[in-house]
Amino acid sequence: MPKGQVQEYPVIWFQGASCSGCVVSVLNSASPTVRNLLVDQVVPGKHVSLKFMPTVMAAAGEIAIEAMESSASASKGEYLLVVEGAVPTKQNGIYGMVGEKDGREIPIVEWVTSLAADALAVIALGTCASYGGIFGARPNPTGCVGVGDVLEKAGVSVPVINVPGCPPHPDWFTGTVARVLLGGLPSADEIDEDGRLLAFYGKLIHENCPRRAYFDEGKFAKKFGDEGCLHELGCKGPLTYADCPIRLWNNGQNWCIGSGGPCAGCTQPEFPDLFSPLYVKVSDVDLPVIGEYWADKERSAQE
Amino acid sequence: MKKIVIDPITRIEGHQKVEVTVDDGVVKDARSSGMLFRGIELILQGRDPRDANRITQRICGVCPTAHSMASALCLDDAFGIAERIPENGRIMRNLILGSNYLQSHILHFYHLAALDYVDVTSVADYEGTDPELTAVKDFIARGELGPFVPRYEGDYRLSKEENRAAVAHYLLALHMRRKTHEMLSIFGGKMPHNCSVVPGGVTERPTVDKMTAFLWRVNEIRDFIKNVYIPDIVMVAGKYSDHLEVGKGCGNYLSYGAFDMKAAPSDLAKKKRFINPGTTDTKLEPVSVDADKITEQLKHSWYDDSFTNRHPSNGATAPRYPKEEGYSWIKAPRYGGKPYEVGPLARTLVSYAQGDAAVKEAVDGLLGELKAGPEVLFSVLGRHAARALETGFVADAMAEWVLQLKPGEPVCQEYTLPEEGTGVGMTGAPRGALGHWIRVKDGVISNYQAVVPTTWNASPRDDSDTPGPMEQAIIGTTVKDPENPFEVVRIVRSFDPCLACSVHLVTPKGRNIRKVPLL
Repeated sequence: MPKGQVQEYPVIWFQGASCSGCVVSVLNSASPTVRNLLVDQVVPGKHVSLKFMPTVMAAAGEIAIEAMESSASASKGEYLLVVEGAVPTKQNGIYGMVGEKDGREIPIVEWVTSLAADALAVIALGTCASYGGIFGARPNPTGCVGVGDVLEKAGVSVPVINVPGCPPHPDWFTGTVARVLLGGLPSADEIDEDGRLLAFYGKLIHENCPRRAYFDEGKFAKKFGDEGCLHELGCKGPLTYADCPIRLWNNGQNWCIGSGGPCAGCTQPEFPDLFSPLYVKVSDVDLPVIGEYWADKERSAQE
Repeated sequence: MKKIVIDPITRIEGHQKVEVTVDDGVVKDARSSGMLFRGIELILQGRDPRDANRITQRICGVCPTAHSMASALCLDDAFGIAERIPENGRIMRNLILGSNYLQSHILHFYHLAALDYVDVTSVADYEGTDPELTAVKDFIARGELGPFVPRYEGDYRLSKEENRAAVAHYLLALHMRRKTHEMLSIFGGKMPHNCSVVPGGVTERPTVDKMTAFLWRVNEIRDFIKNVYIPDIVMVAGKYSDHLEVGKGCGNYLSYGAFDMKAAPSDLAKKKRFINPGTTDTKLEPVSVDADKITEQLKHSWYDDSFTNRHPSNGATAPRYPKEEGYSWIKAPRYGGKPYEVGPLARTLVSYAQGDAAVKEAVDGLLGELKAGPEVLFSVLGRHAARALETGFVADAMAEWVLQLKPGEPVCQEYTLPEEGTGVGMTGAPRGALGHWIRVKDGVISNYQAVVPTTWNASPRDDSDTPGPMEQAIIGTTVKDPENPFEVVRIVRSFDPCLACSVHLVTPKGRNIRKVPLL
């Protein structure tokens, strides 16, 4: 490519059944900044051209929908589709509708299916878009499911990269986009069985937790504000894959366990139902046997 | 007669549709519809009451802290510890909520509303050296203008210099907004969706370094509010002064207040708050709030009519779609049977009517600059102005509150989970009055209800067919060009709608919940 020429990467950001927490989290990106993402070449020679993003775009109504549809057809097979939020499927998707065509309201499930079919790849942003999340929790009144499930059922074959978290860390999103812009789609050995990049979700919270030493010593916080491991207050760190303890949140200020709050396991497909009640101790049998404390316990049980 | 459908309304939270009928250039009828239903309150049933604090935050990712605050107050009440929250816990909760006021209001003006008034393309022939504006100029020169174009055209009135200053402030505000979340996470753990606010107080412990880190961030934001945000409102008001007259709405204003100054029972009459509860109208007479007067009406909402007009504490709803007279997933809350506007304007007017010295001084000062009387506050720009002034009050107060924290003292009150009980938590979200109601039975949630700001503001017609506050604000407006209905979206956005918040569901009875595997 000639020097100075900038390649435009069209991105369509679609919101399903969401709380907008994912986009707000991405707005917290510190490096790159949001300006870098919106107007600059996010990697040299490449610019993310945000064609449709309901939270920030100038257009509304018909002209917004037209902008989305015309970019999708103009860059068929080339655009990245970011889906934020789960997809309501019950009763043909009547619980979530966006825009109208010929006087008919269009269900989210229709949009996601048709936009994904022509996309280069789909980024399922957040735990709802990845696995159903909070809005897919029991009794799941609207039939909310993740994007991967919707596409599989519709027979749409397109690469889906999950970026879970409630919300996801902005670096997980920008890092995933950068991965695609710099090196194309990730290969199978970079992704775990839940469709996440190992670069961000490769280790248990528990493995890198600064309170891990307390766990190994068996020193547990009994109430909020105590020193100690948060295991007995319901921490799901031993069952949750994410790099929060080393990355930290909000530009390095803090993170859940750092503030004395037990990990809720929000990057996992099990969140929230299989991790509920959130403040009740994970039973010992569910814990991976790691660390001296548990090794001792095992040894004494065998004796 | 011409019908204009704007679906989706963008630059708001969530999925909203607005339908207006225009005759001879004037809006004769308006309908606001919430287009997404998620059923969070149904999802809450049968769960451990403490989980409500985490799950209700997911009602809205823009103001989750307000839900964690309302939920914590509601659970404090249900657990019988509302009067025993330690001072550190009370203050950190206020700092967490207050930080999100700054976040929500800055986001709203600069990143959600401003593109209705500010023309980004004015930077195309910029010749200065400001790196931010130069980046925007380069972006425009490449010709791919999403997400700033397309847009409604024909009513951008700022001068080139004003536009450029406003674009630079749009970019600066992105940094400021991010820093408000950094402030919040110092005591809240992370944001969006903090994990520190819990029944009893908070989980984080104050230390001197955290207090200092918070203080100097809030001071930076205070500079921005005083020297950039409020002057920008005055600048926009100068060029769009007709918007000080449009979008009045129902003229009734309701506030539950916000920021407890002392741990107190849930009864609003017993609360001492930084922003006081109350109601008022365009005559600006102060009236106290009676929470028993709140009901939710369902005639035009997609829910079963048999549960209409109930108080939220015993409310019950079941979705019915389609329904002959229904046009929205939003219910119609009414106070004493009437629609009431909530939000920063309502809070400011209530405080003004009550004679709050600081609010009166700030409002009268602004009105002096605009050379206008208080009647201009009941308008599109009145809502923006009240939001900016409130951002200033809250930021100034937080700079004092943070220094009242006492390292080493308790942060959280212990409690025993009750088998049975009820609770209520009423507070002010950035967007307006927020109430949570819980009923606990057999140790789990049997009913949970949230009546949220946008449910009040964007409500459809009620049982007596009276339109909601936003609908009333749109009706009567002149629309110059039906292809570019600027006027309508400006009115809608002035309310800062949050559709995710406003649509939810409660069912009449508790459910049996299967036992969970991790116990």
